[in-house]
Order: sequence, then C-alpha cells, then structure tokens
Amino acid sequence: MQTAAKAPRLKGSIWTDPKARAWIFQLVAIVVVVALGWFLYNNTMINLEKRGITTGFAFLNNTAGFGIAQHLVEYTETDSYGRVFLIGLLNTLLVSVIGIVMATLLGFILGIARLAPNWLISRLATVYIETFRNIPPLLQILFWYFAVMLSLPGPRQSLGIFDNFYLNSRGLYIPAPGVSQVFGLFLAALAVSIVIIVVLARWARARREATGQIFPVVLTSIGILLLVPGLAILVAGSPVEWTAPKLTGFNFTGGWVLIPELIALTLALTMYTAAFIAEIVRAGIQSVSHGQTEAASSLGLPPGRTLRLVIIPQALRVIIPPLTSQYLNLAKNSSLAAAIGYPEMVSLFAGTVLNQTGQAIEVIAITMSVYLAISISISMLMNWYNKRIALIER
Amino acid sequence: MKMVKTTLAVFATAAALGASTFVQAGATLDAVKKKGFVQCGISDGLPGFSYADDKGNYLGLDVDVCRAMAAALFGDASKVRYSPLTAKERFTALQSGEVDVLSRNTTWTSSRDASLGLNFTGVNYYDGQGFLVNKKLGVTSAKQLDGATVCIQAGTTTELNASDYFRANGMSFTPITYDTSDESAKSLESGRCDVLTSDQSQLYAQRIKLGSPDDYVVLPEVISKEPLGPVVRHGDDEWFDIVKWSLYAMINAEELGITSANVEEMAKTTKNPDAARLLGMEGEYGKELNLPKDWAVQIVKQVGNYGESFSRNVGAGSELKIERGLNALWNNGGLQYAPPVR
Repeated sequence: MQTAAKAPRLKGSIWTDPKARAWIFQLVAIVVVVALGWFLYNNTMINLEKRGITTGFAFLNNTAGFGIAQHLVEYTETDSYGRVFLIGLLNTLLVSVIGIVMATLLGFILGIARLAPNWLISRLATVYIETFRNIPPLLQILFWYFAVMLSLPGPRQSLGIFDNFYLNSRGLYIPAPGVSQVFGLFLAALAVSIVIIVVLARWARARREATGQIFPVVLTSIGILLLVPGLAILVAGSPVEWTAPKLTGFNFTGGWVLIPELIALTLALTMYTAAFIAEIVRAGIQSVSHGQTEAASSLGLPPGRTLRLVIIPQALRVIIPPLTSQYLNLAKNSSLAAAIGYPEMVSLFAGTVLNQTGQAIEVIAITMSVYLAISISISMLMNWYNKRIALIER
Repeated sequence: MKMVKTTLAVFATAAALGASTFVQAGATLDAVKKKGFVQCGISDGLPGFSYADDKGNYLGLDVDVCRAMAAALFGDASKVRYSPLTAKERFTALQSGEVDVLSRNTTWTSSRDASLGLNFTGVNYYDGQGFLVNKKLGVTSAKQLDGATVCIQAGTTTELNASDYFRANGMSFTPITYDTSDESAKSLESGRCDVLTSDQSQLYAQRIKLGSPDDYVVLPEVISKEPLGPVVRHGDDEWFDIVKWSLYAMINAEELGITSANVEEMAKTTKNPDAARLLGMEGEYGKELNLPKDWAVQIVKQVGNYGESFSRNVGAGSELKIERGLNALWNNGGLQYAPPVR
C-alpha cells in the first residue's frame, strides 16, 4: 500500500491508483443507495397522492375521539392522536420496566435455586425453567388472560382481601395512597435516617480499612430505616391516607386498579423471560471455576461473602451480555399485548390510530422507530453497565 | 399474528406504491379478467353477513355482493376468492391491492371516503349502533350505563360513536378494545365488560353465538347512522361502476319482481321495459359497463335479488330474523333505492 500510494501517478490513469479507485467505488455505492432510497420515497409519495391517500404527519394533531382503558397521564376523548401516541408509549414502557425488574429478580432466584445443593429446590427450579421457556409467550399471555384473569368472579362477587383489596375479572383493586398533613415530617425523618446511614457506612469502611474489623452496615441500616421514620409515624400518625376501593354501580370506584390485561401480560412476560434469565445466571455462576471458591474459603471468607465478593462479580461479566438480549426480547414481546387488548404501542397506535386515520405507512414507521429507540436505549444502558463491571486489567 | 399481517400489508402497500410508476384506470378490471376470479375482502366471521359454514362455503349478505360481481363478470358466481380480514386490517388490504373489493360491513364515512383513497359504491345494509347487555344487570336503557365497562372492536366507527354518546350524555365509561368480535363476545360472557357495543345487526349475530343467548338483551337505543357497503380503491372508475351496478342490479330486480326462480322466463317474455333493459333484451347497457349482455340475468339467477339475499342471510329465512326495517325497498317504506338502468 505504502509504495503504491507513494508511486508517481501517471496523468489520466486514475484507475491505476488503488486509493482513488477505492474512493470512487465507495462514492458510487453511496450515490446508488441514496438514489434508490429517493426513488422509492418519491414514487411512493406520487402514487399515494394519485390514489388520494392523505400523507404526512399532520394527523398527529387531529382529535382522536375514542376512549382508552388505561392511561398514565390525563386523557380525554377530545385529545389528539399525538397524545394517544404518548399514552401507548407509556403503557409499553410500564409493562417493559415492571417485566424487566420482576423477571430479573425471579430469574436470579431460580438460577441460584437450580444450583442449590437441596435436591427438591433444584428440581423444582429445573421443572419451572423447562416448562416456561418452552411454551410460546403468546400462548402464555392468552392463558393468563382468558383462562385465569377472565375466569375470576365478576365485580359483585369479588374476592376481597382485608376489605381493602378486591380481585375480580375487572382487575385488582388496591387502595390509593394520598399525602396526609404529616407527610413532611415523615420525609424529614427519612432524610435524617439516610444521613445517619451514610455517616455510619463511611465510619465502618474507614474502620475496616484501618483495623480489618467488619461492622454489619446493612442490618444496622435496615434497623435505622425502620426505627426513625417508625417513631415519626408513632408520634404524628400515618403520612399516607389510603382511599379504599368501593363497589358503586357497575364497578369499584376509588383506589387504584390494575387492569387484567396488564396483570396477565406482566405475569406472562415475567415468567417466560425469568426462565431464560435463570439459565443465564446458572451459566454465569458455573463459569467461575471452583478454584475461586476454594481460594476464598482458604482465605477464611464465609460462604455468603464468597458468593457476593468473589463469585457474583466474575459471573456478572458472563451474565450481562446475554441478559441484555433478554431485556430486549421482553420489551419487544410486550407488543404481543395486542392479542388481549392491552392499550400499548402496537394495539393502540399501530392498531386503532392506524385504522382511524388510514395512514398506515406513517404510523408503522413511527411504531418501528419507537421499538428501535427503546431497544437501543436498553442496549446502551446495559453496555455501559457491562463496561463498568468488566475486568480491569492493570 | 394480526400485527404481522398488518405490517406485511403495509410493506406490500409501500412496495406496490413504490414500484408501480403509474396508476391506470381500468387496471383492476383487466387484472380481474386475466386472473379469472374476484378477490373479495370479507369479515373474520359474522353470521348473516360473511362467514363460513361447516363445509367451508362462504355465505352472507356481504358475500352475495362478491358473488353477484363474479356472476356479472364471468357468468359464474363461484369465481370468487375470499380474504377474511379484521376491522384493523381491512383498509390496508384494499389499499395495497391484496383484495379487489372490500365487502365487509364497513361504515361509509366522509373521512374514509376522502382521506383513505377509497370509494364507497353504495349501501347494502342500513345499520345503527346499539348495546348488548346481560339481563342480570337490570339495565333497560343505554342512559343507565354510566360508569360501565364497554367491549368494542378496535379500529371501528363504533369506538368513536361510543365515546361521543357517553360524552354527550355526561356519562363515563371504560373501553376495552379487541381485534376480533369473538374476543369481545368472550369478554362479555366472562364479565370483563358490562356491555358490548357494535352495529345492531352484529349484536344480533353475536348474541346467537353466545353460550346462553337468552341471558342477553339488545337495548332499544340506536346511537348512530351506520350505512354499510362495498368499498373499492380510488382511481379506477370502470371497476367502481361494476361493483356499484352489481348491487343495484339486485335491488332493481327485487323492485321489478324478478327472482331467481322466474328470471330466465322473464328474460324471454317480459313486456316491462325496465325489466327488459335490466335483463339485456333491450339496449347495450351491459356492454357500456364492460360486462356481458346477460350480466343481470346471471346475478339474479345465481345469487338472487336483494330481497331473496336479505331473507336467506339475515331476514325471516335465517337464524337472525332481522326485520327489513330501513332495508326495505323505497316503495315499501325503507331506504333501498337503486338508480334505473337506461
């Protein structure tokens, strides 16, 4: 390469210069790709116009005119399609976030349980994993929705728990928290206890580094967190006022409701993805050689600390990359909710809005971009975390 | 999955629109004649309108429109292929050219006519939206539905009408939307919703599909106008005319007393000039429509007139037993009125 580039170029023989040739080929390739894209776009626009199909994104400002079962932000029928888009997005994110947190917890417990020395526990975990990861997620969603949630009794025969929680085919009704007058005092107590814990943790760390003695920071912190705000509650009363759901007319009113579509979807996605995460966790733990455990023991570390300080940090390096894929899968599988009418991105925006406006190309393009954006965000977050825990070679 | 189908249809639309450099009038008719059958978009199963019987034959009022077109075009009503579509899929399927005509209890509205690039060819059923409730609730009027949970099919005018109705009457409601009418019915039975709202004709059809139809009652209120009819794409007027006149031929035949039983006889002997023109004895009216001379004879012989089709599919001769009502002929107190053939 060096000699070729330095060689004196003959006039008019640009083709004999490999560097120039490479540039030309790449330019041609770019021009062809751009031209093809432009041709497709332009042709689509011309033909859409010829057929009298409205184009553009102006429809986002039009009035939607239909109701939505679950909206995390204020919504009425007179709001715009743009608002509907926001509600669909929030509902998708809600399911994804709850699903990811719960699947991770359940997955870690199951993964560790599968390696447990107790025969019964490890077999139970194995059975769970093999069952749930081998049934398609759509079927699991339909099962939880039609076979479990919708088979519950109607509102007037609800299963009541402590007269505050009600479970029926309309969902789970829970008391709604409201801020009471003494909420400020409670917050202050909480802040005081956090300050105490931070000071304590610093002191414990300094002492450990100086003397090697260990102070049980975690247990003490929990104690402080319970004690100080607990005292505040005892003195001033509850910081939160609960509004219990009550049966009026057709439905329960007051309180919060978790609609059955949300419950079914979250349960199905959590249980499905947890089975995969469990296997990833097991693989990660098994990838740390037994010598590490033995070395830790010979240094006098108790088993709990061995797991926390030696095994898990090394296992995480193996766990995080495939875990990212599972999170992505979960976020994307949430679109299966369209089958049970949970109002998320696909069923609400790519379904109802698409049909009411008829602007299929725009709506599908927006929906695809949203999933792309969600997935890339998860990916970036996990890659950042992966880099942080990666082996730092010195 | 439905979503996959919708997405595919969208890609197909994009691809079709991107690749074809021009739209030609008459293209649909030529393509249909070349392939030898009509690709007809119908519902995903609505008794009386479009559904498959236990032998897999498609039947119904909407299906009869497709069969009439095939009879007019090819002299054989069976030259139709059907694409069952959900409410959400239907317009994309038509826009992308997946179907030649959509005959799927679709409400004619201004925005669908204007901004979707579609043309409604007429009305084969005048409908209105109603409510179906469980008798146990003790509700006798839609005005008592404040706070109710309502099951609706996604992507329909019904969704909008229900919102309008509850808003106009100062009532609140929770909508639960499903892709298919079967899912809505299942939800009503399980008590997920108190009310199912849809076009009245559909409510009667869904009621007989429920486990115990007698426990459910259709409320008296009709809250909207729902003129249902066949739809075609913009920009192909020849095809538009054929779909339109296939339906009008059936309505005119009923008005003139031409039935599947007497059509062949009348085509030879009739003295009524209107009937003579419709049945091709006088003039070149078939040719003007790019159809054979005996187009209307074939329609009535193989499919029947509008009254026969109505009675067989949704009326007295069917399980649904819906009254003619608005769908009676204009000279019988109804709205069905076809322009004359001349």
